Amino acid sequence: MAEGGSEPGAWLTRDAGGEAALLGGWSPTSGRHHFPPAQLCPYSGADDVEVVTLPSTGSLWAWTAVTSAPPGYEGPVPYGFGIVELDGIGLRVVGRLTEPDPSALRHGQRMVVTTETLPGGRVVWAFAPEASRAALRAPA
Amino acid sequence: MNGVEIAGVGLHPFGRFGDTPGTALGVHAAAAALADAGWTPAEARGRIGAAYCATAYGGVASGHRVLGALALTGIPIVDVEAGCASGGAALALAAASIRAGQHEAVLVVGIEKMPKGIIRSSFFAPWQEEAGLNANPAYFALRAQRLMREHGLTVDDLAALVVKNRRWGARNPDAMFRSEVTAEDVLASRMVCDPLRLWMLCSPNEGAAAVVLRRSDKGVHLAAVALRSHLPGSVLDESTPLAGLADDGGITPPTTLAANDAYEEAAVGPEDLDVVECQDTDAGRELLSWYELGLCAAGDQRKLLRAGTEEGEPPGPAINRSGGLLSKGEPLGASALGQVVELVRQLRGRAGDRQVPGARVGLAHTIGRGANASVTVVRR
Repeated sequence: MAEGGSEPGAWLTRDAGGEAALLGGWSPTSGRHHFPPAQLCPYSGADDVEVVTLPSTGSLWAWTAVTSAPPGYEGPVPYGFGIVELDGIGLRVVGRLTEPDPSALRHGQRMVVTTETLPGGRVVWAFAPEASRAALRAPA
Repeated sequence: MNGVEIAGVGLHPFGRFGDTPGTALGVHAAAAALADAGWTPAEARGRIGAAYCATAYGGVASGHRVLGALALTGIPIVDVEAGCASGGAALALAAASIRAGQHEAVLVVGIEKMPKGIIRSSFFAPWQEEAGLNANPAYFALRAQRLMREHGLTVDDLAALVVKNRRWGARNPDAMFRSEVTAEDVLASRMVCDPLRLWMLCSPNEGAAAVVLRRSDKGVHLAAVALRSHLPGSVLDESTPLAGLADDGGITPPTTLAANDAYEEAAVGPEDLDVVECQDTDAGRELLSWYELGLCAAGDQRKLLRAGTEEGEPPGPAINRSGGLLSKGEPLGASALGQVVELVRQLRGRAGDRQVPGARVGLAHTIGRGANASVTVVRR
């Protein structure tokens, strides 16, 4: 049975290439991935969940920008919010987007997993346009 | 099985009422429903066998406070919380107890006094609040964007939906917003979460509604009340999961699950409906609800909207003649019962200048946090 915390810090990892990635659950019984890792497979109830590193790339499936702070949120506004379909495993994951301008994003756009540090110091996952990862790597 | 008559309905208008406590709103609605059933509170003693109180934010023993003010304690009083479907859930429990022969009559009351703005909900973990993953309108926006893409709809269709509901809301004395709006006004209102503008979102507010159910085969009766929760897999479900399946086409949404149960129990289909009150938390939610309830095919929403706004009445049932939540606002615990109050008024022919002529079959639908969906069918 999967073990893991109930906070995002427990779901962050690095993939084989050293890129930021998420930990998810996979059940041999259902053959399906889920996120975050759960004790029981949400699709079958099976207790055979294995914690696996999820693909760190995907395509943008839905996106918006939040223009005023919801209760308890102290970060900047507007901020990007959306859903990315991770490559190859048929899983859609909700998260912050580093791009806060909806008009700068398009359906199917290539995205990568990254992390953001919130004002309180907590680190959460986010999704960034793939071009931004290339830019980070480019020599100065 | 015993028939369940809707013997009385009562409503406190939806809006903002300052320091007036939620209990007072509930007492107003409950007393009105009892009077509509032909009883003073004193006469209801010994007749009302139980009470169910729908509320999400009312706090401990909300129903007891209302029943206490009406001098109707001593009976079982149970608060019911199931998100936006709280009223439907309370109605289902009340109806089941009458069908089972447990009680002759049951009072169902829904009350709410919502905080302003984006709803703070214990549903979200503290880290989700810190990360800003708790903005309800953002989830609605993603759903609206998907609907537009997959059903071939546009932001103009969202605006047209708001125009429709506000047009009827202007004729509903119990609504919070009682002015008609133009599509231009809607599109010019503040962007909350693209593509949703402020006027495309309902306002959390205050209000109460009540229903008296009685064992009888006469009058307007409850033909079905069905509740369903979500199946896993849809990332845009009202349960707001952090992930879902890319291939979610085979996952039936809770609204459709509940509707199918209700259609079967009431032995009616979508084509039999004269009047529908459905969830319009945002403009996209109502257009999706039409599809999920089987009222139209994917992409036919625009056709229905145009028929309704430019060429008189569209084919099919009249939808959200009350003005919907976009006009009334949404007091969570009261909203589903408020829909039933509207349907009963329509079926009795007492809906004033928003009356649907000859209405005989009505359906009420809510979907919200949990996810919980309720679908109620009433007939005369």
